[in-house]
Amino acid sequence: MSSNLRILVACKRVVDYAVKIRVNAAGSAVETANVKHSMNPFDEIGTEQAIQIKEALAKNKGNADVVVVSCGPAKAQETLRTALAMGADRAIHVESDEELQPLAVAKLLKAVVEKEKPDIVILGKQAIDDDSNQTGQMLAGLLNWPQATFASKVELAEKAMTVTREIDGGVETIKTPLPAILTTDLRLNVPRYASLPNIMKAKKKPLAKLTVAELGVDVKPRLETLKVAEPPKRQGGKLVESVDDLVDKLKNEAKVL
Amino acid sequence: MATLLSIVTRRAPARLRSVASAVSSQIRHISTTPLDLTCGRVPLVHIRSQEANISPSDAPTMIDEQKELQSLARAFADKEFAPKMQEWDENQHFPIDVLRKGAELGFGGLYTREDVGGSGLGRLETSVIFEALATGDVSTTAYISIHNMCAWMIDVFGSEEQRQKYLPKLTSMENFASYCLTEPGAGSDAAGLSTTAVKKGSHYVLNGSKAFISGGGSSDIYVIMARTGGIGPKGISCFIVEKGFKGLSFGKKENKLGWNSQPTRAVIMEDCEVPAENLVGAEGQGFSIAMKGLNGGRINIGSCSLGAAQASIEAAIEHVKVRKQFNQALANFQNTQFKLADMATSLLSSRLMVRQAARMLDQNHPDVASYCAMAKLHSTDECFKICDDSMQLHGGYGYLKDYKVNVYFRDSRVHRILEGTNEVMRMVASRALLSE
Repeated sequence: MSSNLRILVACKRVVDYAVKIRVNAAGSAVETANVKHSMNPFDEIGTEQAIQIKEALAKNKGNADVVVVSCGPAKAQETLRTALAMGADRAIHVESDEELQPLAVAKLLKAVVEKEKPDIVILGKQAIDDDSNQTGQMLAGLLNWPQATFASKVELAEKAMTVTREIDGGVETIKTPLPAILTTDLRLNVPRYASLPNIMKAKKKPLAKLTVAELGVDVKPRLETLKVAEPPKRQGGKLVESVDDLVDKLKNEAKVL
Repeated sequence: MATLLSIVTRRAPARLRSVASAVSSQIRHISTTPLDLTCGRVPLVHIRSQEANISPSDAPTMIDEQKELQSLARAFADKEFAPKMQEWDENQHFPIDVLRKGAELGFGGLYTREDVGGSGLGRLETSVIFEALATGDVSTTAYISIHNMCAWMIDVFGSEEQRQKYLPKLTSMENFASYCLTEPGAGSDAAGLSTTAVKKGSHYVLNGSKAFISGGGSSDIYVIMARTGGIGPKGISCFIVEKGFKGLSFGKKENKLGWNSQPTRAVIMEDCEVPAENLVGAEGQGFSIAMKGLNGGRINIGSCSLGAAQASIEAAIEHVKVRKQFNQALANFQNTQFKLADMATSLLSSRLMVRQAARMLDQNHPDVASYCAMAKLHSTDECFKICDDSMQLHGGYGYLKDYKVNVYFRDSRVHRILEGTNEVMRMVASRALLSE
C-alpha cells in the first residue's frame, strides 16, 4: 500500500436534506435564502472515506494529506470547517458568487488538482440540490484520469485501488491505477460525528482562498434554466363502489393495467 | 365493501430524503437570536433565518463555532436519543453504551479541562449543548449534566493527583459519577446535613446516608458532602468515594414519575473508609464547593428544561398541522395560534435568562448565584408549562404513551424540585435583593 498519499475531497454546500424545499417566487430556482444548509451528504461520505484511508495508513506508519475543496460563495467555508472538524487536514475555498454548473466546477477542480497533485480525488456521486451526477465524470475526462464512480467499497493497494461499484442490478468490482477519480455512493460508509474538541480545533486548521480568476477558468454557464416548478399536488384518494369500478379506474384513469 | 383507491401514481420527488448520516425528522427551530442584555458575548442562534438576525457587532467566528456545537448535539440527540427515549423511559434503561458514544464526542467532560480528556468549553456552550441533547431525551441529558458537574468539581477543586486519577475515566465515561448532597433529613436545608466524616489516621470514616442520588448504585464515583466539623455550612467537607470502598452500599432503585433512564438510589455509608487523600480541597470547604457546583447545575437543569420545551413545541406544531377537527387543521384556529405564540415567547424568555446566567458564570460575575437561581426558577416553571400546553394541544393523544410529549412533561416536572427546589431559588434570589 502506498505509504504517503494526497487525497482531494470536493465538498458542496447544499440546502439541508431535511428542509422542505420550495420554489422561489420568480419560479427560477429553489429558494435558498434563510434556509438551513449543510454539507452534501455524499460529500460527507467522501470526507469520511478520505479520513478512514488516512487512519488506515497511519497504522502502517504512512500518511494521507486530506485536502478538502469547495467552490462557491463565502458561506462554503462553513462546509469546509465541518470537513476539517471531521478530520481533514486543510481546506481550499475557491470563492465565487456566480452560478457554478458542473462543467465549471470540474474545470475549477482540475486547476486545483494541477496545483495540489493528489493521488485520489473523491467526490460525491451527485449533490442533492441539482442531482446532476456529472462533476466527477467531467473531471475525469478533463484530466484524462480513470474514474471509479458510485463506489460502495474501496480497497487501496500499491499505486492502485479496487473499487466495488453499485450498478443497475448488482455490483461491479474494478481495479484502477492511481491517480484516479472516485465518486461515493450511499453505502460506502457511515460518516462520523465531529467531536467537540475537533470542532474547536478545526478553526485553527489552514484554509486557503483562491479566486476563479487566479485559476484562470471560464465558469460561464453553458445551460440556461427556463423554469422551475413544484410537482403537482398529490390528490386525495377516491372510494370506489365495486371491484369492477376499481379495475376500470386502474385501467382507464391510473393506466397501470 | 368499499375500496380505498389512490389513483395518483406520481413518483415521490427524486430528492434524497434519507442518507446514511441522516436524521429522520425535520427540525423546526423555535429559537431566535437573543438580544444581548448585559454580558456582551455572542448570541446563540438556531433558527433558519439566523443569518439575517445576527447583530453585526458580534464575532462571527464564535457564532459559527457555537452553531456547530449545537448542530452536532442536536444531530446526536435526533439519531441516538430520540428514537430510544420512550423505550428507555418504559424499561427504566440506563443507556451506558450511548452515553459512552456521546463521551467519544466530548459530552463526558464538557467544561472539564482538555489535559484530562475534557472538552474545555464554557458554560454558555455547555448550556446550548445540553438544550440540544435534551430535545432527544431529557432524562439521559440530565444525567450527563450531573456527571459533568462532578467531573468539574474534581477538575477545579481537586488536587492534581485526584484529577489525573479520576478525570480521564470520567471524561470518557468509562466511569460514571454521582453527586451526593441531599439526605433524608436535609433537602432544602442542605447545610444541615448530618453525614459525618471522622479522621482516623490515614482515613476518614464516613457514616450517614444520601437520598435521591442520580446514578446511585450504577455510578463508580461518588462526590459526597459530609460533616468534618461543627454545625452549619463551615463544618462540611467534600470527598471522592469509589464504589468498591468498604462500608458503601445502596438502597433499592426508586420508582419515579420521570427521569427513568437513570437509576436513583439512596447511598449509604456505614463506617465507610475513605483515604485521606480523597478529601477534595480543604476541610470545611465542602459546602462552598457544593454550592458552586450547583450554580452551574442549575443552568444545566434549566437547559434541559429548554430542550424539553423546544421538543414539545416542535411536537405540538407537527400535531396541530395534521390533526383536523370541525373540518380543518387545528393550526387554523386562533386559539391554537395564540397558544403556540405564548409557548414560543415563554421559551424564548427562559432561554435568554438561562444563557445570560451561563455567560455570567463564564465571567465569574459576583451576582451569579441569584441570576442562576432566577434563571432556574423561571425556565423550569415556564418550560414545564410549555410541555403541559403541548399536551393540551395534543388532546387525548398527548396523554398516550405512544406520543412523546408525556415523557417531556414527566421528565421536566422534577426540574422544579431538584438542584434546589424552586422555593429555594426564591430564597436565594430574595436574599440578594434584601441584603445590605
